[in-house]
Amino acid sequence: MNRRVVITGIGVMAPGGIGTKEFWELLSDGRTATRRISLFDPAQFRSQVAAEIDFAPEEHGLTAREVRRMDRAAQLAVVAARQALEDSGIDFDRMNPHRTGVTIGSAVGATMGLEEEYRVVSDDGREWLVDHRYSVPHLYGYLVPSSFAAEVAWAVGAEGPVALVSAGCTSGIDSVGHAVELIREGSADVMVAGAADAPISPITAACFDAIKATTPRNDDPEHASRPFDDSRNGFVLGEGAAVLVLEELTAARRRGAHIRAEIAGYATRSNAFHMTGLRPDGKEMAEAIRAALDEARLDAGDVDYVNAHGSGTKQNDRHETAAFKRSLGAHAYEVPISSIKSMIGHSLGAIGSIEIAASALAIENDLVPPTANLRHPDPECDLDYVPITAREWRTETVLTVGSGFGGFQSAMVLTNPDRRDR
Amino acid sequence: MNTSVIVTGFGVTAPNGLGTRDYWSATLAGRSGIDRVSRFDAGRYPSRLAGEVSGFAAADHLPSRLLPQTDHMTRLALVAAELALADANVSPGDADSYGMGVVTASSAGGFEFGQRELQNLWRHGSRHVSAYQSFAWFYAVNTGQISIRHGMRGPSGVVVTDQAGGLDTVAQARRLIRKGTDLVLAGGVDGSICPWGWVAQMAGGRLSRCDDPGRAYLPFDARAAGHVPGEGGAILVLEDAEAAARRGAGPGYGEIAGYGTAFDPRPGSGGAPALPRAMELAVRDAGLSPGDIDVVFADGAAVPALDRIEADAITAMFGAGRVPVTVPKTMTGRLYAGGAALDLATALLCLRDGVIPPTINVTPEAAYGLDLVTRRPRTAPVRTALIVARGEGGFNSAMVVRRPDDE
Repeated sequence: MNRRVVITGIGVMAPGGIGTKEFWELLSDGRTATRRISLFDPAQFRSQVAAEIDFAPEEHGLTAREVRRMDRAAQLAVVAARQALEDSGIDFDRMNPHRTGVTIGSAVGATMGLEEEYRVVSDDGREWLVDHRYSVPHLYGYLVPSSFAAEVAWAVGAEGPVALVSAGCTSGIDSVGHAVELIREGSADVMVAGAADAPISPITAACFDAIKATTPRNDDPEHASRPFDDSRNGFVLGEGAAVLVLEELTAARRRGAHIRAEIAGYATRSNAFHMTGLRPDGKEMAEAIRAALDEARLDAGDVDYVNAHGSGTKQNDRHETAAFKRSLGAHAYEVPISSIKSMIGHSLGAIGSIEIAASALAIENDLVPPTANLRHPDPECDLDYVPITAREWRTETVLTVGSGFGGFQSAMVLTNPDRRDR
Repeated sequence: MNTSVIVTGFGVTAPNGLGTRDYWSATLAGRSGIDRVSRFDAGRYPSRLAGEVSGFAAADHLPSRLLPQTDHMTRLALVAAELALADANVSPGDADSYGMGVVTASSAGGFEFGQRELQNLWRHGSRHVSAYQSFAWFYAVNTGQISIRHGMRGPSGVVVTDQAGGLDTVAQARRLIRKGTDLVLAGGVDGSICPWGWVAQMAGGRLSRCDDPGRAYLPFDARAAGHVPGEGGAILVLEDAEAAARRGAGPGYGEIAGYGTAFDPRPGSGGAPALPRAMELAVRDAGLSPGDIDVVFADGAAVPALDRIEADAITAMFGAGRVPVTVPKTMTGRLYAGGAALDLATALLCLRDGVIPPTINVTPEAAYGLDLVTRRPRTAPVRTALIVARGEGGFNSAMVVRRPDDE
């Protein structure tokens, strides 16, 4: 009766890591992909650092028309979805499209495409009554980002439940959590689920500048993302996508699929406190963690690795540390915790799915990726954040968490499915 | 055994009425909220009509500190949420805060706010961008602001499925309640009636260019030539029926009895439209057969090819002219993520009063084979309603609601 959901395919488009192999090598080596922004001239901005992908969509099989009509984030989503499909080994021509669905998470949608088109129709902000004669036909698809989910559905041939999920920076966890639920309740047998964001644009940079959320460490871009370090002073904006193929466990086993990990528990809570602020006690994130572990029927002590949100802002890293202590108790001091945002930046809604991919790979490889650039820990962040170097570590259960504007706090538990059967 | 999920209250912000009483009396009287755009000078654009929530002064409803940080549509959403809680007689402060969630639909976020900040950036430079831009325009803003205002800390989220979103969020709320959350605020309030949003909507190619409010949005009419966009929507209070009974809430407006969603095949692939499948899934999920459905609230795209698909889906399921069909959004315009949520609230009022609101201005094209309720409301014993919603790109959703005493 209880349908269990497993990951059978992974596709990743991350800074410094195009494809799962390159992505995992970057994380295992503890290399950083942060650099001075090249996607636009950042001279006028407080923060001039980002984690960018060297991405030529044509090289990934997108046609000229697809490139023209899709925002960069949608392009990344479609490429990652195709990778995931190939990785899964599913013969999609033999799938029942009605039983196959798509969920894509995104925090800011087609923000790059919208800004480019805005500049044209407004003549760089000179006209409030913008000129429709200069607009492009695919502008509606930029306006409403459910077009991302539609593009992925077309790419994989899904005709079941299809949606975009947008809960700020937890979108990537919530999108996958939603997909898991659809398989469990029987609304779909296969879900192609993930998230994408491509926010490295002037308007996004300006809005994070305005609240000093991003780091001004412009003189040392490679070491700019410093989660849990005493010298951290903001996050580094990133971009990317990760898409997973999710299947019901027995069906996956029946077709001899390579099962990467099981998604055993998921929960989300709101802090109902502030659109951008966090209360230092981490109560709501702790509640989400507890609920996710409950759903997985696991105890705090079962967690072998915590993939942290670890954005590198002053308030987040303390908030999160408090949440781990509150939810995991004494085990919080024993379990390795790390933030891959130290290497690939914070790609807003996308990062949650990228971190789920990293969590599955940690289980598969028994290796915990490090927190790069962590040389002088904040005394208030006094847990084991696996500084600088990856750690070989028996990893069967991973907790991954996210925290987002709007007050969203999400947690997901991944396990080695064989462990649960033993 | 699945928990029964009921609607115990809702709040309406519609172009033809702010608040349920005004909206419902206008709707039964066939009074339209469609008029010339007033929020900006639309004279230069080929489309010039909209359904605006007229007479809405945010400062009358919301604390002044919320005004600088919110887009117009978020202010409407906050008011709808407050009306909904009052209607359901819920005081969130009294309840377990983790037992209450918020799920809203969005299409474009706070787009007018976003246009202003884009202009500040490109006209004046990055230092002129508002500190509120980081959240005032994004898609999650309404859920975030509602959860903060009412202290709701349970599972929450945002669904973007273009104009099907209003139903998809209610389905998600039902899912959350079945998993153990007692109460979820769900629905959608939307709108991007600003020049930049207008131009982006026009690019979709479905806006009517007619200047006559009485002829601009005519679904299932031979003269159909696109729709009029609008703003507003509805937020509903959904509860576990048992939890509602425990707090003495009564049976509510009705039960969310069934839901189905299906996505169209890739354009150009020649596959059949998915709308009939979404409708069948919803009716089956409700444990009903088509003959049990008393009224259909149609999507009513007013694009001939889309009207044809919907009419065929209805006649295939029920037989030609066998079920009353109505499109009250002819009085409001299409409210994007808010539209289907408002249709759902309207369907619940229809169940309550046993009266089907009319589709105004339309002369039904006979070839569609629909029993369209036109001109005047129709009195009928209504136990169940099917609501249909579609979003651009291939989204199709359908929902069945059932009157409380018809279990």
